[in-house]
Amino acid sequence: MTDLGATTPASLPAPRRDWAALLLCPVLMAAALPLVGSASSWVTLTAAGLAMGMMIFLMASGLTLVFGLMDVINFGHGVFISIGAYAMLLVLGPLAGWAEADSLPLNLALLAVCIVVAMAVTAALGLVFERVIIRPVYRSHLKQILVTMGGMIVAEQAIHVVWGASPVAIRLPEAFRGAIVIGDAAVERYRVVAVAIGLVVFAGMSLVLNRTRLGLLIRAGVENPEMVEALGYRIRRLFVGVFVAGSALAGLGGVMWGFYRQTLTAGMGMEVMVLVFIVIIIGGLGSVGGCFVGSLLVALVANYVGFLAPKLALVSNILVMALVLAWRPQGLFPVARR
Amino acid sequence: MSGGRGGVLAALLSDDGPRSRVLAVLLLAIAAGLAATPFVFPGSQPIGAAAKICVFIMLAASYDILLGYTGVVSFAHTMFFGIGGYGVAIALDRLGPGWGQVALGVVAALGLSCVLALAIGLISLRVRAIFFAMITLAVASAFLVLASQLSTLTGGEDGISFQLPGELRPAFRPFAEPVLGLAINGRVLAYYMILAVTVLVFLGLLRVVNSPFGRVLQAIRENEFRAEALGYRVVAYRTAASVISACAATVAGAMLALWLRYNGPDTTLSFSIMIDVLLMVVIGGMGTLYGAVVGATLLVLAQTYLQAVMAKASAAAAGAPIVAAILHPDRWLLWLGVLFVLSVYFFPTGVVGRLRGGR
Amino acid sequence: MSEPILRLEGVETRIGPYHILHGVSFDVPAGELTLLLGRNGAGKTTTLRTIMGLWRASAGRVLFDGRDITALPTPDIARAGLAYVPESMAVFSDLTVRENMVLAARSGPLDSARLDWIFGLFPALRRFWQSRAGVLSGGQKQMLAIARGLAEPRRLLLVDEPTKGLAPAMVRNMVEAFRQVKAAGETILLVEQNFHAASALGDDVAVMDNGTVVHSGPMRALAADAALQQSLLGLSLDQHQ
Repeated sequence: MTDLGATTPASLPAPRRDWAALLLCPVLMAAALPLVGSASSWVTLTAAGLAMGMMIFLMASGLTLVFGLMDVINFGHGVFISIGAYAMLLVLGPLAGWAEADSLPLNLALLAVCIVVAMAVTAALGLVFERVIIRPVYRSHLKQILVTMGGMIVAEQAIHVVWGASPVAIRLPEAFRGAIVIGDAAVERYRVVAVAIGLVVFAGMSLVLNRTRLGLLIRAGVENPEMVEALGYRIRRLFVGVFVAGSALAGLGGVMWGFYRQTLTAGMGMEVMVLVFIVIIIGGLGSVGGCFVGSLLVALVANYVGFLAPKLALVSNILVMALVLAWRPQGLFPVARR
Repeated sequence: MSGGRGGVLAALLSDDGPRSRVLAVLLLAIAAGLAATPFVFPGSQPIGAAAKICVFIMLAASYDILLGYTGVVSFAHTMFFGIGGYGVAIALDRLGPGWGQVALGVVAALGLSCVLALAIGLISLRVRAIFFAMITLAVASAFLVLASQLSTLTGGEDGISFQLPGELRPAFRPFAEPVLGLAINGRVLAYYMILAVTVLVFLGLLRVVNSPFGRVLQAIRENEFRAEALGYRVVAYRTAASVISACAATVAGAMLALWLRYNGPDTTLSFSIMIDVLLMVVIGGMGTLYGAVVGATLLVLAQTYLQAVMAKASAAAAGAPIVAAILHPDRWLLWLGVLFVLSVYFFPTGVVGRLRGGR
Repeated sequence: MSEPILRLEGVETRIGPYHILHGVSFDVPAGELTLLLGRNGAGKTTTLRTIMGLWRASAGRVLFDGRDITALPTPDIARAGLAYVPESMAVFSDLTVRENMVLAARSGPLDSARLDWIFGLFPALRRFWQSRAGVLSGGQKQMLAIARGLAEPRRLLLVDEPTKGLAPAMVRNMVEAFRQVKAAGETILLVEQNFHAASALGDDVAVMDNGTVVHSGPMRALAADAALQQSLLGLSLDQHQ
């Protein structure tokens, strides 16, 4: 994992990696090629699956991190996704010119501004949500589920109050519309953007979790918060920080998901929550790496199955979950706990 | 009526009376209101609301067996509700209107619900509450997708409209003369059938929670490890509870379908119904069963009539846009959501617990 | 005898409905190794956890260097200069040995001279430096837990039963390590069941029974008085010898 220490004897075995779980997606992609038959269809399906998976990962990563560290499950996480998406409207109105301009830098700048604004809004909301909704019910899962559902109901209605109840149509920035054609295969431009952003976020999170003291603290706190306190760290602040970061990530996911759907509704976050839950169950509750692999797995399977056996696609997510849990009941990357 | 003073009533209520004068009066008022609605409030809206209240009393009470008495959050409850609806709808649609078909539909639906509840219970009740909630949510959503896509069987998004047995049709007139000023027809009979089933199911559930079995459930809810240490097989008890709960929900779904002469994804399977049921049980009072009665009545009345009140209030506040917006009739759920959150924090035993003295 | 760095005055602790500590009082002098002895269930672990603020005293005071730390949050108690090695060891098994040590060194990068000293005490840690702590043996985890307590200079080290469940050879290593730590001038409060190991290490001793301290004084006096040992500790300790 880390190799910063200078005193590593060469003879030591490297930290063991869980190859079976890590190779799952590449093996699946390779296996799908002969089944799909045509290389161009395969490229299109794989790109679609990867893009979808990255977006699910963006939406799910915050939730799994919050669960891992705080043993808190936020069933209202979906509404942060919705609010992140709606927060874009604050930007898309005034900066409409940037979206229509046929200029990649300007379009990218617009996306960046959307992301920053959405993350700021959802982070602020996360701070309030943590204090008002969640803090009184730490340690009681039943109440957490109920109260966060309640918070979700109220927040969804608040979206209706602020932005109106009817769906809002948005347009992708000019440069992200259409598809890139490589040979016979067409890959939508926006999917490339989604994959890139997903990779950047995953790399960033991995870097923070594995290479910084903050990350070590989060991982240690997942395992034994009491010992982290006994070492002299204030875990309460860490909790709040992670919750706010998790909410901001949901906001980022909301922006990506909103542009993908091009229609915003207050319930859009909750609709995707089923996938999000499946993904974090598959990955192992609390594991960011597992969440990443799980997201890609679910999305790739959905795309391949949708092409090969459309009827089966309806329940492919559940099937994937059942198979993974039959193989590893704690998920792909079980997180050690106390 | 308050307290276990013996007698037929106490036996019917399994010696688990309202234990509060105000609550007893409230419950009597609800019961009397439901019994008298067709005679007292003419028109199709009141009787429709009353039938809906009956169905949701069954649904919420059965959900309370899980949430309040077993301490698990399931999001698959509407799946069983839907199975009941589809059972009746498919049987009557395919095999024609008749009581045999109704029975067949209900029995088949109960069978499917039992199997599914058993499977979900055995597979996932041994895991933690959070896991169970997520898995049931996933299963329920898969079922919703299946129901709306397998259109040859379920009618897809459009659902199934079907003919009722003759005795339940509006045209059926058992009496030549009006009774107490009301012309009795098949609709009225259907309503009273639903009311009777509701009373039976509710009293049955009351019996279940006050049986030794019900007490073990509550012991598990209070302290799972201790119950396990005492030798109770927690998973078996929880699974049995979820099967009972699923069956009651199935019956509720069948009754709704019979009332509406229709079943579809939106009427029985949608996530918003799940939310409604959560609101009913929590606001009414978890773990009391009577809470389901109060909560279902409150919510259905709010859905049906609160909007009208809010429309007036909103119009009155037209000068202040924000106030007008949050009082908009479509925002009734906003207020119930706030009430829900406050309930969980400040009166976790809901209206019923409050009336019984804050216990 | 030097000034006490830690003083407990009539500390009472309740866990849920159970009243565990009934007025615990004793001193830990600076620069010495104080042993906390007693049978299973006497309240030794609860005493350490109460000092760290992991359980709250319902009465009495914990004074550290003259300052009342009874009501401080756990992280602040740790920052006052206490290091805690719990009975369960509580190493972060998902983190490497190095990462465990990095977290233990709160104020900055690990000091390499100090690290060499720790490696001298526990050579296995050098060998497994980059391994996940979860793959270590029980004895190695215990070493890591103690090493974490030593990662930076602290004013008082609280250690809960470091020899529990260890093989005899490992117990000897552990005793030797503590002798060196003590020689380096650290102040230690050590909970121990193994009287043999304990008597070789301790300067002072406090014996607990039923949630109170029933005897305290120099270790030498207790070690020389077989009758007192018998009356205070019974046979439960002797079986370890």
